[in-house]
Parts: sequence; structure tokens; C-alpha cells
Amino acid sequence: MGVGTFFTSKLDEALGWARKYSIFQYPFVTACCGMEYMATACSHYDIDRFGAGLPRFSPRQADVLFVVGTISHKMAPVLKRIYDQMTEPKWVVAFGVCTCTGGFYDNYATVQGIDTIIPVDIYIPGCPPRPESVLDGLMKLQDKIAASAQRF
Amino acid sequence: MEPIRAPDTAPRDPVTREFMLGEGSGSGAGPQSMQLGIGPQHPAMHGIIRIITELDGEVIRKADVEIGYLHRAFEKDCEVGGWNNAIPYTDRLNYVSPLINNFGYCSAVEKLHGIDVTERCQYIRVIMSEISRICDHLTCVGASAMELGAFTVFLYMIKAREYLWEVVEDVTGARLTISYGRIGGVKADLPEGFAEKTRRAFKETREVLAEVHRLLTGNRIFTDRMVGVGALSREETIAYGITGPMLRAVGVPFDVRKKTPYYVYDRLQWEVPLQQDGDNYARYLVRMAEMEQSMRIVEQALADIPGGPINVDAHGRAVDPASYVDRGKQGKTEGLLLLPITLSPNLQGQNRAQHAEVNAPDKRLVLPPKENTYGSIEGLMNHFMLIMDGWGIRPATGEAYFAVEGANGELGFYVVSAGTDRPYRVRCRPPCLPPLAALHRMIEGEMVADLIPTFGSVNMIGGELDR
Amino acid sequence: MAILAHLRERFGERIVETHDRRGDHTAVVTREALLDVLRHCRDDASLRFDLLMDLTAVDYLKFPGREDGPRFEVVYHLYSVPHNHRLRVKVRVEEDDAVVPTAVPLWPIANWMEREVWDMFGVRFAGHPDPRRLLMYEEFVGHPLRKDYPINRRQPLIGPKV
Repeated sequence: MGVGTFFTSKLDEALGWARKYSIFQYPFVTACCGMEYMATACSHYDIDRFGAGLPRFSPRQADVLFVVGTISHKMAPVLKRIYDQMTEPKWVVAFGVCTCTGGFYDNYATVQGIDTIIPVDIYIPGCPPRPESVLDGLMKLQDKIAASAQRF
Repeated sequence: MEPIRAPDTAPRDPVTREFMLGEGSGSGAGPQSMQLGIGPQHPAMHGIIRIITELDGEVIRKADVEIGYLHRAFEKDCEVGGWNNAIPYTDRLNYVSPLINNFGYCSAVEKLHGIDVTERCQYIRVIMSEISRICDHLTCVGASAMELGAFTVFLYMIKAREYLWEVVEDVTGARLTISYGRIGGVKADLPEGFAEKTRRAFKETREVLAEVHRLLTGNRIFTDRMVGVGALSREETIAYGITGPMLRAVGVPFDVRKKTPYYVYDRLQWEVPLQQDGDNYARYLVRMAEMEQSMRIVEQALADIPGGPINVDAHGRAVDPASYVDRGKQGKTEGLLLLPITLSPNLQGQNRAQHAEVNAPDKRLVLPPKENTYGSIEGLMNHFMLIMDGWGIRPATGEAYFAVEGANGELGFYVVSAGTDRPYRVRCRPPCLPPLAALHRMIEGEMVADLIPTFGSVNMIGGELDR
Repeated sequence: MAILAHLRERFGERIVETHDRRGDHTAVVTREALLDVLRHCRDDASLRFDLLMDLTAVDYLKFPGREDGPRFEVVYHLYSVPHNHRLRVKVRVEEDDAVVPTAVPLWPIANWMEREVWDMFGVRFAGHPDPRRLLMYEEFVGHPLRKDYPINRRQPLIGPKV
């Protein structure tokens, strides 16, 4: 291993470590899952323990897009636009089964999974997922952030 | 390119609004309108609607509200499956108080069928509805306070809601989307120790409410933004079909629980909180008072509820099911088979004795207890007849409308049966829709910033508004 | 029952049918009489239905025994705050002439509810001040709650066309 490779890999690690504990999320809350999102964010489950406590309500300042709740076809262009406004590096969490696959809303109004519109990094199933599984999903996302090659 | 400000020192007009906005005649006279779209995704609004406003400075001159961003075909989905299959969809109408939706739908179908549920079941429905209503009001007040900057209130109220959700989870097995109602009854009886747990949760909730009262009710910042803002007259509230806390905030004592009592509400002592002003502050006070009344209702219902979980041994003594398991493990099986054990760990609240307490004695509607399904051919047949495609519950041809008092007002279900195993039409009368239709009347002529408390006090819930 | 008797006496032939099954007072009226009946219900001192609880429609296309009759039924649920009583008024319209006079001048809430019925069923309301869709988007073709609209026929604005 050359000295250059050593430095980049160590720098990657350091950056990954920093990034995974400073998640600024954009909660794209539409439906029922928002109630569990509130519960996760509040004192009982306290998402702040994982360095993701502060939602940024501007897509330009956020790096993780939490898509929380059913996305209808009417809402889909809005979601795409929000995603496009976010700057790299960015990640997307599909929160709840409606965002993963459409759930039991197999009908004319509902998008059958947001991965038909935007790329998704972590899927958290559940209708709605319990806060514990949300935190589990968040930790998986942190692992993914830490392990990926860092661009800077 | 011309410089924005000429570098001269001659006396000049103060900088006009048009100058700041970058267009206009520059004369500074007369109104200037600007279009501002708010939503559908906006951080200070806990719901997805779009408000296209026409502003004059900071004042909203005209507002056009657009909804439908969470339309997920509730009414069409109900027509696809059997009558009981609609219940999970009703959970997700008003997802802050799903139990009320469950019972509203079930009661509409029961009315269509012309059957009554058991007395214990009616009490259970009252208790669970009121717990759900408290959760809804907690979320509404907490979220609106948060949007006004009072984040502490939000944290406190969600804390109280968490205590109540633990109780709900004990009963239904889920925190939020509970699917607890069944046509002709409820899924399972109340678990042991329910009353005690509820009392503890209420103690916590009352402490939170007292704290919130101290934090908000006399708070200058809060009252300045709430009093006199978003007001609607009594006549207009009625003309717009608004019910629930918003109607009671203009002094109309309309509450479905009092006016057309259902279940056992008429046996319990409670009051309908009223306010006269019809502004955001009045709505806040009504909701705060209603939570206390709901707790009163639950406490009385818990004292009056007839029957109870039947877990007694051969001598009529109450039995702890865990002790049975312990005896079995120790090999002390003598006589164990003869004891009328009625509780098994995986059928909690659903076994034969409790089943009869909470479900109507009607085999055309209610699934048999699981022991019968697994233990007798009649039970199995009964189960199949209700579950198999093309059989199921078959109410006679007809229509029925049943209304319950939802957290936001009258929640009505209009069901039409064609005599088949699935609903021909299920219409939900959403209590959220009328206030949203009148929202433009509440915000026109007020400042943009006043939109936020007004929208909070309307308590828009997307699942119910757009269905 | 007094409400239905009152209406029959007042409007005679123009009330097509009445029933009060399960305690829901129901009157089916002709389309021509609809506005008169609704206005009378709102203004008459003994009725005073000042609150329009609900306005919806039912598509009877596939209803056993009613396949040939008028396709749509528009349903009004009225409530009276002073008298605490309820009434359901229904009017039937054919598919090729699915037009009902608007109730917006009587109750402003009818505005949105009629928009929803137009959106979901394609029943038009003559004289409606703002006849747009309410829940679906403008690009959507058809009326999803009609019985002949397949539940999973999607019309996405973006993404794969499934």
C-alpha cells in the first residue's frame, strides 16, 4: 500500500465517521408514518442520540431525505423536485411500507414504491414502522454512509 | 447596467416596497400584489395541502386551497374486499385517532344489519374512543404549539401520548394502526391490569396538561398569536358545515355524543366544553378542556363496565395463567386438565368466555372464538363461511348512515349494501374537509404568519381529508 | 316520520319515494324539484336544516336489480342544529344527462363537496362557480369511483407508465 492510498483511505474513514454522526435530515412527511416519525424524534426514542436530531426543512441544507408516508401520483413530481434540489452527497430513506412498495394501496392513486421515481438507500418496512425499527434503519444507513467512498 | 442606487446625496424618497421587490411603478402608491405558493410540503404545516396566496405586503388578500395530495382511494379500496376488510383502511383515515374510525365504520355496518353489540363491548368502545381522542388533541395542540416556537410543549405532549399509546398497544397489539374494531364487536377483550395502567397514564397526562396550561394559556407570546386570529363567525361556521371543536369554539353545543347518543355515552356524566370567540385561542381552550372531559368519561366507564375477563379456577378464584404454566413445568399435572383454564398466551382476550362478552351473538357476522375454529367442525365451518371469498358477511340490500364524534367533528359513514359479501359503496364524511374548505375565509385579510396558527388549529389530517 | 309527511304534503308528486329504514329519514326527489326541496328544508321554521353534513353520490351501474335504472344517485345528508334532526335527500340522474343543480347558494360547503362528486363520479353541477377537480390532478382522465373504472388503472405524472 502506497502512502497516498493510505492517506485517502484513512481520510475516507474519518470523513465517513464524521458524516454518519451529523445527519441533517429532511422529513418529507405526508401521512400516518409521520406520527411514528414524531414519536421517534421526541423524548421517548430520541433520534438525537444518533446524531440525526435536527431536521433541516430546506432540501438544499439536508443530506438525508426521509420519505415518510404514502406518495400519491399527485405528490410524485413534488418529491422528485425536492430530491433534485438536494446537494450531493445525499441519501434517501423509504420510511414505511407505502414508500417501499405502495403497501396495501394497490390502486389508481398511489405510487407503487418511491424507487420508481428516485433512488433509495434504506427501506424501513412496517405500517407504520415502530420507532425501534426506524432507529435500526437509521443505524444501517450510518453504516452505509461510513462504508461508502467519500466524495469531497 | 445601472447602479441600483445612484451615488448622489440629494434628498430622496424612502426606499419603497416596489424597490425592495424589484418591480412595480416605483411611485410607492397603491397596493401591489404578489403570488406566493405555500406547500404542498412546508415545514411549518403538518399536512400536505397547497395554499396559493395573493399577498399585499404581508397581508393575504386572496387564498386558494388545493388538496388531494394524499388521496389514496379509500372509498374504492373498500369496495374491493369483504366488509371486514375495510377496517384496516379506516385506521388510516384519521391516523391520529384510528380507534374512533374503526368503531364508526363498524357501527354503520351494524346499523345496516340491525344488530346491537354487547354492553361490555359498548363500554370498551367508549373507553378506547376517548383514549384515542386524547391522543388526537395532544398531537394537535402539541404540533400547533411547536409551529409557534413552543417546542417544549410538543415534547411534553408527545410524551403523554406515548404513555397512552402504551395502553393502546396493550389492548390492540399495535401503537397506531390498530384495526381493533370488528363488525359486531371488537378484536379482543381488555387485558388484565388495564384499568390500573390507564389510571397511571392519565396521571401522567394530567401532569402534562397542567404544565402546558402553565406554559401556554397565559403566555403573552402565545396569546398574541392566537387571540383574535383565524376567527370565523357562528353563522359562517354552520354554513360551512363545520362540526367538532371548531363549532363548539363558536358556542354551538353540538356534539354527536350528546345530541344523538350512541354506545353508553348517555349513561356517563360529562360536559361539552364551549367557547364563544371562534378564534384560534378558543379552539385551543376547547381542545384542552375536552381532554379532561374524555378522561372523566374513561374513568367512569372503567368503574361501570360490566363483566370482565373470566379467568377463574374450579373454586371460582381468580387465576394467574402463569401459575398454571409453572405447575405444568414442575410436573404437578394432577387435575390440571379438569381446571377451566380460559386463557392461553396467544389468544389473549379472545378465548371463548371473553369472546362472548365482547362480541354480538350473531354467527353471520362474528368470527367464532379460535378454540372453536381449531377444535370443532362447526366452528371451522363458521370461520370458513365468514372468511372465504364469495361468502362472508352479507348485509341485506339497503343503506345506512352512522355518525360518531370524531376528534375533529362528526365522522359519518354512509354504507350501501347490494346484498353481497362486499360493500357496494362506503362513503366517509370527513370532519376535516369543511374546515379546510373554509380556511380561505379564516386567513384572508390576515398576515402570512397568522396562517400557521390557523392551520394548526384546524387540525388537518391528510388521510381523512383526502381519503 | 313527521319530516317525511311534511315533505310529502308540501311537494306531493315531486317526492318520488320515501323510507325510514333503520331510522334514517330518506326522501328521493325529482331533479326539477331538488333545489326547491333543499331550500324549503333549510328555510322552513319546522325543518331548519342549516347544516349540510354530507354530499356524495353512488354509482348504481352494477347494483343487482338496478342496472337499467338511472345510473347515479346524488345523496345529501342534512342536519338541523336547532331541532337536532336529520334527513337524507336523494336525486337520481341518468348517465348521459348527469347534471344536478348546484347547492352552493344554499350552503357554501357544497362547493367543495360538489367538486369532489364531479371529480370522483363525473356528475356535473349546473351553475357551480368553480367546477374543477378536487382530489385528483387536472391531467387525470376519467372518474375513479365509477364502477367501470378499474381500481389499478394508474395515470402517473412522472415515472414508469404502469
